Amino acid sequence: MALEYYLVLSALLFTIGVIGVLVRRNAIIIFMCIELMLNAANLAFVAISRNLGETTGQVFVFFVMAVAAAEVAIGLAIIVSVFKHRQTINVDEINALKG
Amino acid sequence: MNAEQILFILFGAVSLIGAVSVISFRHPIYSALSLVVTFFAQAGLFVLLGAHFVAAVQVIVYAGAIMVLFLFVIMLLNLGTLSAKGPIGPKLKGFAVILGILLAIEGIYIAVNSASDTAVAAAESATGTTTTYDIGKLLFSEYLLPFEVTSLILLAALIGVIVLVKRESQEEN
Repeated sequence: MALEYYLVLSALLFTIGVIGVLVRRNAIIIFMCIELMLNAANLAFVAISRNLGETTGQVFVFFVMAVAAAEVAIGLAIIVSVFKHRQTINVDEINALKG
Repeated sequence: MNAEQILFILFGAVSLIGAVSVISFRHPIYSALSLVVTFFAQAGLFVLLGAHFVAAVQVIVYAGAIMVLFLFVIMLLNLGTLSAKGPIGPKLKGFAVILGILLAIEGIYIAVNSASDTAVAAAESATGTTTTYDIGKLLFSEYLLPFEVTSLILLAALIGVIVLVKRESQEEN
């Protein structure tokens, strides 16, 4: 299976994630779309790593996953505390830095 | 058409359908479950690429831990009643889709071009599987410092989350 197919699939998944961030107003779904984009990057990492016959790409995927886990934990905690203050997670309504 | 191509098309189609479902379902629970489907399909793609360790970590960390966190928060906030209101207008939506299509064309262009650049390397490299032993050796020798920094990031995230939640409970009291 040629590298092009994996990279094109990765680009499509990334694009769907970008469209999701632009279209949806629900903060949790925007977060899921960010995960989608990170996963698309992971797919490109692994595909290119296989193509070059190296393991380094998979190590980077490991780091990306660790950062994604930290990001999700922090982000969801922020969403929960914002929801407690404002009773909404619609990003259009969350427009003030001062709660 | 050999088995690898069939499996690639299968997993690729499932992951794309899952990804589209994530952004099109109204209710966040359905989006989260679609995201699980996408993650599993991507784990299948990783197995096809010979990255068994990454596939296992994908299922355990993403489809397991991270998605449980998402579902937990969705259920905690009880968002089903709130999710319906406030969709953006069709004009903005069309603009976003056009931007997305442009980005996709750009990405595919780069993907095809960069793939032809590395085609020489592909011819000589063996397309074998990567064992966990290889990854572990690389992780604890060449990338030891980034590995330790990663643990610091996780510690910082842990403390940050505790502080965020603790302040909330104090204000309520």
